[in-house]
Amino acid sequence: MTVRVQAEDFDIGAEIEALTSGNLRIGGVASFMGVVREMAGEQAIDAMTLEHYPGMTEKKLAEIEAEAYDRWPLEASLIIHRYGRLEPGDRIVLVVTAAKSRGPALASCEFLIDWLKTKAPFWKLEETDQGAEWVDARESDDEAASKWGK
Amino acid sequence: MKLLYFAWLRTKIGIASEEVEPPETVVDVDGLLAWLADRGPGYAEALANRDQVRVAVNQDYVAGDHALESGDEVALFPPVTGG
Repeated sequence: MTVRVQAEDFDIGAEIEALTSGNLRIGGVASFMGVVREMAGEQAIDAMTLEHYPGMTEKKLAEIEAEAYDRWPLEASLIIHRYGRLEPGDRIVLVVTAAKSRGPALASCEFLIDWLKTKAPFWKLEETDQGAEWVDARESDDEAASKWGK
Repeated sequence: MKLLYFAWLRTKIGIASEEVEPPETVVDVDGLLAWLADRGPGYAEALANRDQVRVAVNQDYVAGDHALESGDEVALFPPVTGG
């Protein structure tokens, strides 16, 4: 179980290798990577700045990760979330889960990103040629998170 | 009591954090928000829509009836938008 909140970019291949190498019980590795889109609806984005609540962010991510281990038999997991100013094409978030087989790896990976989106204290400020605007929370994210119960 | 503000609550109130000593009549989160909203136009605007304000005490989400202690760290912020 690892959680990292950082300004720096990450290398998805190197992260998966470091997380899983040497554990020969692992038979399935699932990953989700979030990337900054160039458009917010009809509006082109120049950049976005991710603000977070240092301390609570790490705490919530660790709790969410622990919840995944309660629900699925996982061998390894990793959550990396970046903060600061990011441009279209930049990586924002990485979730990796590993298990003996694909079922728990895939399900827990989706669970982690769904819960992260509604519970981890991050906020996006989008910069466009109309100025900077805080992103509104999406109902579809709440619905995605609620399908996992609790 | 330490207060922290994030995202548009921070920009509307104009500061990221402050130390406050609310009156003894403020016993829970709802009471604190009502007291804060009277402190100035920035506070009133930031707290006008209670549905859009999330509250964490000592880094855990709490509801409006959560009782407050003088040494608490209380964070106010909008619904989260990470990931």
